[in-house]
Amino acid sequence: MKALKTLPGWETTLTVLVIVALLGGGLLSKDFLTGQNISFLTANFSETLLMALTMTLLVIVAEIDLSVASILGLCSAVLGTLFAAGVPMPLAILAAFMTGGLAGLLNGLLVTRLGLPSLAVTIGTLALYRGLAFVLLGDRAVADFPQAYTNFGFGTVPGTLIPIPIAVGAVLAVLTAVVLHATPFGRSLYAIGSNEVAARFSGLRVERTKLLLFVMSGLMSALAGVVYTFRFASARGDNATGFELGVIAAVLLGGVSIFGGKGSVIGAVLAVFLIGLINGALTIVDVSNEILTIVTGLLLIGSVLVPNLIARAQAARQRRRLRGEVVSP
Amino acid sequence: MKSRSLLLSALALGSAATLAYAQPALKKGLKITLLPKNINNPYNVIETSGGTEAGKEIGATVKVVGPSDAGASSQVSYINTAIAQRQDALVLAANDANALLPYLARAKASGMKIVTMDSDTAVSGRTLFVNQANSEGIGRAQVQLLGKLIGYKGDIAVLSATPNATNQNTWIKWMQEELKLPRYKDMKLVKIAYGNDDDQKSFTEMQGLIQAYPNLKGVISPTTVGISAGARYLSTSPQKGKVMLTGLGTPNQMRAFVKDGTVTAFQLWNPSDVGYLATYAAAALVSGQITGKEGEKFKAGKLGEYTVGKNGEIIVGPPYTFDKANIDKFNF
Repeated sequence: MKALKTLPGWETTLTVLVIVALLGGGLLSKDFLTGQNISFLTANFSETLLMALTMTLLVIVAEIDLSVASILGLCSAVLGTLFAAGVPMPLAILAAFMTGGLAGLLNGLLVTRLGLPSLAVTIGTLALYRGLAFVLLGDRAVADFPQAYTNFGFGTVPGTLIPIPIAVGAVLAVLTAVVLHATPFGRSLYAIGSNEVAARFSGLRVERTKLLLFVMSGLMSALAGVVYTFRFASARGDNATGFELGVIAAVLLGGVSIFGGKGSVIGAVLAVFLIGLINGALTIVDVSNEILTIVTGLLLIGSVLVPNLIARAQAARQRRRLRGEVVSP
Repeated sequence: MKSRSLLLSALALGSAATLAYAQPALKKGLKITLLPKNINNPYNVIETSGGTEAGKEIGATVKVVGPSDAGASSQVSYINTAIAQRQDALVLAANDANALLPYLARAKASGMKIVTMDSDTAVSGRTLFVNQANSEGIGRAQVQLLGKLIGYKGDIAVLSATPNATNQNTWIKWMQEELKLPRYKDMKLVKIAYGNDDDQKSFTEMQGLIQAYPNLKGVISPTTVGISAGARYLSTSPQKGKVMLTGLGTPNQMRAFVKDGTVTAFQLWNPSDVGYLATYAAAALVSGQITGKEGEKFKAGKLGEYTVGKNGEIIVGPPYTFDKANIDKFNF
């Protein structure tokens, strides 16, 4: 048990890495550590941050939602289609959220009622929802949203350089962290993720919890879709294509175990920032996109590898000690 | 070194000639960012190489940056970076006419000059738009060429890039206009397919077109990725020589298919000229030679003098038809 406590907190490591990335970026380019640049950079991963929050919860219960970016695209398309048809904006936004909720519900029902693996289900709905988005908007893009709304996506909190979507993300991150780490519901997610059978026998409503998480993931993707649409002032069927990988990368780098039962919101949030800052620092010194992708990939492998090696070393040490205890009396 | 100084003096002479003509000289040491749709597309590589060449001639620092996918918003972080790096001008081919507007407005507000090339944004997003050829000219010329190739008879299809590509969609609109003329009464556009500027997808879309439409006589693919993938499929298909494929491609990409008879003729402008002219136009803007008003004139090195058209549009020239007889004269 003592060995476990000496495990360096992954969140601490990530915090150090974020600081290193900030300072490193500053060393690489004098234009990096300006308020404006950091503001631009963080705004750029608003949607990833939002979707990473619910993805963290899902991965903790050992599920995954690969359809998040497609839900984002679908909600963006719903929003755009309705707005173009003359529906008042608040109603169009409401419809986008309902779409996200329903998309999440469908994912959840397929997983919990039919007992299908979420990986397979959401690969399917990834294609399905993206397809629906294209059915709605086709090759069209809806633009010309009222400025009050685009300001929500594009602007900063008055008097600061903090992008509004990032401020929203921060509030939701705190909420998610409180729910996950300080409520019985949140703690039950770890129990489900660590050992689903045991969780079920101890009376946890596993299916209902999972269903709820998928709906939440859908709603969060809808919010990300609204943010994305207004941030770029453009509703399109192909909005945020491929973003799911960035979200999952951040959650895994954040120390959330892909096998469930382990992880924290702060870790995922730090990882979103870390990946974003590294990308930003490399972009500002004009490193090519391929190198950027390679660096993100290596980071991810490292993030899975390092904790794994540490755990193995500890297990080996513990085994040695146990053997020692058996022999010594 | 010797050849470089020779080149420099030649350039100096060239710019002296410009000076005798025009108003203020081009400023030295300008910082210009070129932002193509994506950086791995061969077309974009040639296009930006023209910009780099122009940059060398005018003593500007030209950097080429860009995303590896042609998504709507992938270019945004590069626009932001250009602002942070305090570049004098941004020359870009837009992936989406609207998604970039708020960011371009911010770039403009920071004092940067914006020139689009090849694929425009809404007029408010930029000061100048360097167009390869006028969209109407390209769209109509493609149908005219295909009409000639198939004897103005039979089903035809279009194999485009992404459903959102601004330039492709405008050309297709003009193709449809051209097809309304009585001369084309026996030609029918049966399908517009999208290969998403992805080699494999374009390949399978071409395959799909040929299988789905037995009376297909011709395909227009107004994208360099689409036409070469389409030609690759066609070259091994029994329809080779029966279905005419034309569109916009580069000579190096299409040479083998023209020589083996898969493709008779296709068109393009010189993409390198587009980047070259756009970079000169950006430098002229920053140097105050022009402001973007209709009728203003400026010199663009080896390409000569250009006039700013309506809505800040500058046209490089008419499309050019490549065939067996002339393709070996080009290397790009």
